[in-house]
Amino acid sequence: MIRSLALHLGLVALLFALHFVLPPYHHGNLARVMVLATYAIGYNLLFGYTGLLSLGHALFFAAGMYGMALSVQYLGAAPAPALLLGLVAGLVVAGITGALALRTTGVAFMIVTLMFAQAGYLTILYFGEYTRGDEGFVIQQAQRVLWGLDLSQPTWRYMAAWALFSACLLGSLALIRRPFGRTLIAIRENEERARMLGYDTFAHKWVAVVLSGGISALAGAAYGLLFGYAGASFASVQYSIFPLLWVLLGGAGTILGPFVGTLFMFYLIDLSSGITTAYMLMAGVVLVLLTLFAPQGLIGELRRRVWGWLP
Amino acid sequence: MTDKTNALTRRGALKTLGAAASLPLWARYASAQSAEPIKIGFQVHRTGIGAAYGRWYDRTTQAAVAMINEAGGINGRPVEIIAEDDGTDAKRGAEVVEKFATQHNCDIAFGTLFSHVVIGSAPRAGELKIPYFVVSEGHHVASGMLNRYTLQPGITDVKSQVQAMAPFVAENLGKKVTMVFPDFAFGHDHRDYFTAAIEANGGEVLEHIAIPPTETSFTKYFPKIPRDTEVLYHVMVGPAVLTFVKELGEFFGPNGPQMFGFIDSLEAVNIGSPGLEFLEGSYFWEGMPHHAQDDQSEFETIYREKVGVDARGASISDPKDVSTYAHMFGCWETLHVVKAGMEAAGYSGPQDRAALIEAVEAMTDMPESLEHPQGAKVFNGKTHQVFGHQYITQVQDGMLKKVHTTSIEDTLYPDEVDYTTQSF
Repeated sequence: MIRSLALHLGLVALLFALHFVLPPYHHGNLARVMVLATYAIGYNLLFGYTGLLSLGHALFFAAGMYGMALSVQYLGAAPAPALLLGLVAGLVVAGITGALALRTTGVAFMIVTLMFAQAGYLTILYFGEYTRGDEGFVIQQAQRVLWGLDLSQPTWRYMAAWALFSACLLGSLALIRRPFGRTLIAIRENEERARMLGYDTFAHKWVAVVLSGGISALAGAAYGLLFGYAGASFASVQYSIFPLLWVLLGGAGTILGPFVGTLFMFYLIDLSSGITTAYMLMAGVVLVLLTLFAPQGLIGELRRRVWGWLP
Repeated sequence: MTDKTNALTRRGALKTLGAAASLPLWARYASAQSAEPIKIGFQVHRTGIGAAYGRWYDRTTQAAVAMINEAGGINGRPVEIIAEDDGTDAKRGAEVVEKFATQHNCDIAFGTLFSHVVIGSAPRAGELKIPYFVVSEGHHVASGMLNRYTLQPGITDVKSQVQAMAPFVAENLGKKVTMVFPDFAFGHDHRDYFTAAIEANGGEVLEHIAIPPTETSFTKYFPKIPRDTEVLYHVMVGPAVLTFVKELGEFFGPNGPQMFGFIDSLEAVNIGSPGLEFLEGSYFWEGMPHHAQDDQSEFETIYREKVGVDARGASISDPKDVSTYAHMFGCWETLHVVKAGMEAAGYSGPQDRAALIEAVEAMTDMPESLEHPQGAKVFNGKTHQVFGHQYITQVQDGMLKKVHTTSIEDTLYPDEVDYTTQSF
């Protein structure tokens, strides 16, 4: 308990300290990685801890992004209420799709979530007059000043990303230690048995979808606000696959996995694209190797071999 | 600042000239204050849906830089292109611009076509204060959505292209138009701008047929085309265009309406491909005609040769490799605008970035020349957008023959923004 708390707080402190020492390029990258890792944390809650493989999380990410961006653009909302509206949009979308998709299990759940996300993507294109569809639109610098802090400046962008990531990381750590989190793990391990013990597994899974969707939406809203752009490409199927890859790489069902996976993948693409134009092939080969030799992901493997206590 | 004039003697001048002539090419740059190359970050669609465009944007860029360097570079410094793939993705595009600014320490960023990549990247360029020269033909620059660091001096935008087509269509093809376009932002631009323009020319759009981007067969949309349609305006993109044209031919047979389309659909596609026979006699907008015309200028002849494109718009080394000729001149022209801007501003390093932007903003007329082989242009410093001639070609015996050249005035519209009022 103490060691795991120390480890996670240590990571949070390390990320804070890196703000002061990183060169500009990596400083910018890390801010981006922290926001994307928050998305992965949301995904991991459902996939890693509840055992539900969704192929439609881009829907929640985009719901947050557009909930925020549209309210800034058309209601003139300030960043704080806009972020909140993004979160609410994500929670509502997750609540509805969760209630419907959870009527299925396994492969059917994957397909239903994929279909919902595709419908969401096409909806954004359909309402192109407002969303500017695939082209997207810019959130101007003046619209990105949160409580007097200009989020387009590197320092405040980094700090905002760090605060969001830290809150979600520690929040998820707290969640899986509570009875609710334990129940989710029980459902993942054996849903029949959990139900037999008297747990309302449907309600638990639904709350997990809503929480997971909410965190993803918050990440989407923050991404739009920090980097000044909202566009339909973030709702495409690619952005549903990304969090799955990050979580698998880092270790599904581990608290640190989403961050490690996102960071690893980001630099894998960034560095290999400097060597060859076939960088996606390189990324693919590394993924295959990892799946063969570290099927539980980087942190998962670490837990299996060295630190059994890792949450 | 002091003004120091060095006395120039005949003997001294001859000595310098003699020494310069005996030096290898690279050493001649050393006469400048710094022999460090000017680094241009080139954001290129190597992968993703824009890859065909990216391949030819790359070749055009390399050819332009080779020519600039042969002539002594910019301000006596060689130009170096640092290319990074943006994957035709808005997120990666922004990351690449960051990489240019903070890791490669580029002087400027340049390139890229697809609007979503430009719009996703431009905010970062503005924040990192790196001039970002785009070759996108989107209306995003002139609409005022972007920022003072983003400019489009080498290619006209879709709004002016589309509105310039209306007078020709109304006078020569017919006044009752039906539009078929993809149901996303690019298609909506065509819908909005052309509808307004054709009405201003006494015509009307009978029906707007928006086709969802996931569609692979189009037969079911054709019965929606009103029977009294005189002109069918089509602008489809992506691989489905071949199916679209084939099915349209099967639907109408020999008695179809006049057809007018944007070549965007068929960039990098051989117009003689099987299935495209139905296009014979139809009209196209082209930013620059793919096929060499009888009155081709000497500048375009040299341009074709330098980029390595034959008279049919395909690669000299592989006739099957058709270029994106109607757009890629934008890279060539943009790089020459950058050169002219840097020379006017006395650009010596990133501290002169604002001066570079001001120098480009001060530009107006760009006469047809080797630097501007597509034709003469007028740059609007307030909207950061260039305006120029547009070409309409007709497919005649499998060749795209130029039948009309618009005036620059046809392409103008009132300013929607004044970027010069924004601070740096």
